Amino acid sequence: MTLIHIATNVLITFAIIITGGGMAEVKRGAIKSRFNYEIIIIDDGCPEGTRDVAEQLEKIYRSDKILLRPREKKLGTGTAYIHGMKHATGNYIIIMDADLSHHPKFIPEFIRKQKEGNFDIVSGTHYKGNGGVYGWDLKRRIISRGANFITQILLRPGASDLTGSFRLYKKEVLQKLIEKCVSKGYVFQMEMIVRARQLNYTIGEVPISFVDRVYGESKLGGNKIVSFLKGLLTLFATK
Amino acid sequence: MTKLAQWLWGLALLGSAWAALNVGALGLELPAPCRDVLWPLPAYLLVAAGCYALGTVGYRVATFHDCEDAARELQNQIQEARADLSRRGLRF
Repeated sequence: MTLIHIATNVLITFAIIITGGGMAEVKRGAIKSRFNYEIIIIDDGCPEGTRDVAEQLEKIYRSDKILLRPREKKLGTGTAYIHGMKHATGNYIIIMDADLSHHPKFIPEFIRKQKEGNFDIVSGTHYKGNGGVYGWDLKRRIISRGANFITQILLRPGASDLTGSFRLYKKEVLQKLIEKCVSKGYVFQMEMIVRARQLNYTIGEVPISFVDRVYGESKLGGNKIVSFLKGLLTLFATK
Repeated sequence: MTKLAQWLWGLALLGSAWAALNVGALGLELPAPCRDVLWPLPAYLLVAAGCYALGTVGYRVATFHDCEDAARELQNQIQEARADLSRRGLRF
């Protein structure tokens, strides 16, 4: 798992936390935006190639723009966010996947949406508006919609997409939520939203397009479905 | 209150109301046609809920937006980015 943190000028700083491969292209996309930033990469025992690319990018884009902060081994999403935030000087934190299923072009939209309503959280959704997916077969779409339907009925979360990990948080909101969340993996993402609801944080939504399988195969195995259901029922019964 | 607790409360409330009306417990004697409908009502509602669920999910799957343009655009941008980064010295 890799963290990339992007900070803009002194008044407002944005941190972007990215997991997965395809890092180089994502960073370049983000770099071309209007915002001043600094990128902190936290490498979680990622495969050789990833660390290598990160180091090269650090040289190419100057080390005040990109900082590399490695960790010993894969320690989990929550702690990775915490580690990243320690080095962050930002007011806002954006998380996304680095395998290019999340496109940096949406980042200005997130920021705009956040300003619009001063939202505590802005969540990317592929279920509403222009949002959508590419690279999913029918079975995957049915499972996705079905799972989302059940989630909406059981949890009434006030957000259309709970398992997504393309989000913008106010920094103090993210810190508070991480303290309180105990799940792992994408159930962690679900728990963040449910917790946020409980604490009366405001949540805005931005439709995003999710292009799958650019890097690597993303399969939805039986295991994942079972753990999703377990996570869902836990949230249902304990929140 | 947890969501589970909310559901249980709701079901308990509706369930006891239904049972009470069926048994005539509160001294409310409903006319026969009403009771004929009331008795199997939970089963009807369950079936209706099932149909609604299937219908909604089916509709949503059918209208699940497919982002072909996004995919194509992304591929182009990847090529562009790789070219640019190679120029700057990145070795993949």
